[in-house]
Amino acid sequence: MSSGGYRESPDGDPKKPVFYSDVGAGPLVRPYAMTGGRTRAMATTLDMISVVVASRREVDWAAVQPESASILKLCRRPISVAELAAHMDIPMTVVKVLLSDLVGKGFVLARAPLPAAENPQLNVLQAVLDGIRRL
Amino acid sequence: MASVDSDIPTTERGLPQALKILVAGGFGAGKTTLVGSVSEITPLSTEEIMTEASLGVDDLKGVEAKTTTTVALDFGRITINPELVLYLFGTPGQQRFWFMWDELATGTLGVVVLADTRRLDTCFSAVDFFERRGIPFVVAVNRFEGAADYTRDEVREALDVGSDVPIVPADARQRDSGKEVLLTLVEHVIRRRSPISTG
Repeated sequence: MSSGGYRESPDGDPKKPVFYSDVGAGPLVRPYAMTGGRTRAMATTLDMISVVVASRREVDWAAVQPESASILKLCRRPISVAELAAHMDIPMTVVKVLLSDLVGKGFVLARAPLPAAENPQLNVLQAVLDGIRRL
Repeated sequence: MASVDSDIPTTERGLPQALKILVAGGFGAGKTTLVGSVSEITPLSTEEIMTEASLGVDDLKGVEAKTTTTVALDFGRITINPELVLYLFGTPGQQRFWFMWDELATGTLGVVVLADTRRLDTCFSAVDFFERRGIPFVVAVNRFEGAADYTRDEVREALDVGSDVPIVPADARQRDSGKEVLLTLVEHVIRRRSPISTG
């Protein structure tokens, strides 16, 4: 997207320019501080119901920032992006950015949701009916 | 204590895939109650930060600056089988969150529009939204104490929805009732996708 830079501070004080690492982010709001101001997950397209799992057990925890470490611990079993965000109490947008870094590094595997809207997958729909009936 | 790790999938093909159903409706219509009655987990809540041009959204005439809004979402989960997980998302009912609905609606199996007969107008915008996008939906009429009973035809007429849209009475607090609503929705989706359907 767009590059960062210094811009006028929101209160108009020219002596206090605000650093924008990504213009799309607007002023650095706190949740995005963990992502270096990035508001969009690069490379990997993650949905709120993408299912993710940690792909390895050995991690150099010292090399991973605390939020990413929490993600790796929470996704030892398959879990959705929305559930991760809820358990971590961090907005989904932020979790997606952190996750996409981990996917890029090969620490996490992600599976996209079923493209339900496009294909008439009657066997899937039948499975959903059966699953709901079993509740 | 030695922990026994489950097999780590080596590719993403080893992971379950997820589907979602949305539960839409006005504030206080019982969306989270319905999600909770059928979910295998206590409904979770998460937040999404939405950055949107606010022009025309909040009726702030002339304001074109981007604004950041935090929208809370409640959701539950139903494990269908080892390969398939269904998520139910309660969507913010207010019309000003339409941009959120767009993102939520992408790839959704279908929608339960939860109607509150005391305030039927609060689900007009949801009905309109999903109708325009051709997303299958059913209308579940949540029973509230003291609310007048309306027939399906009365609700259909008031909401101005087509005769093919199922309208089901519901008690969002009861699991069996919630199941019935979801089954009606999935059957409706199957009917719409069936090649012999005449639409």
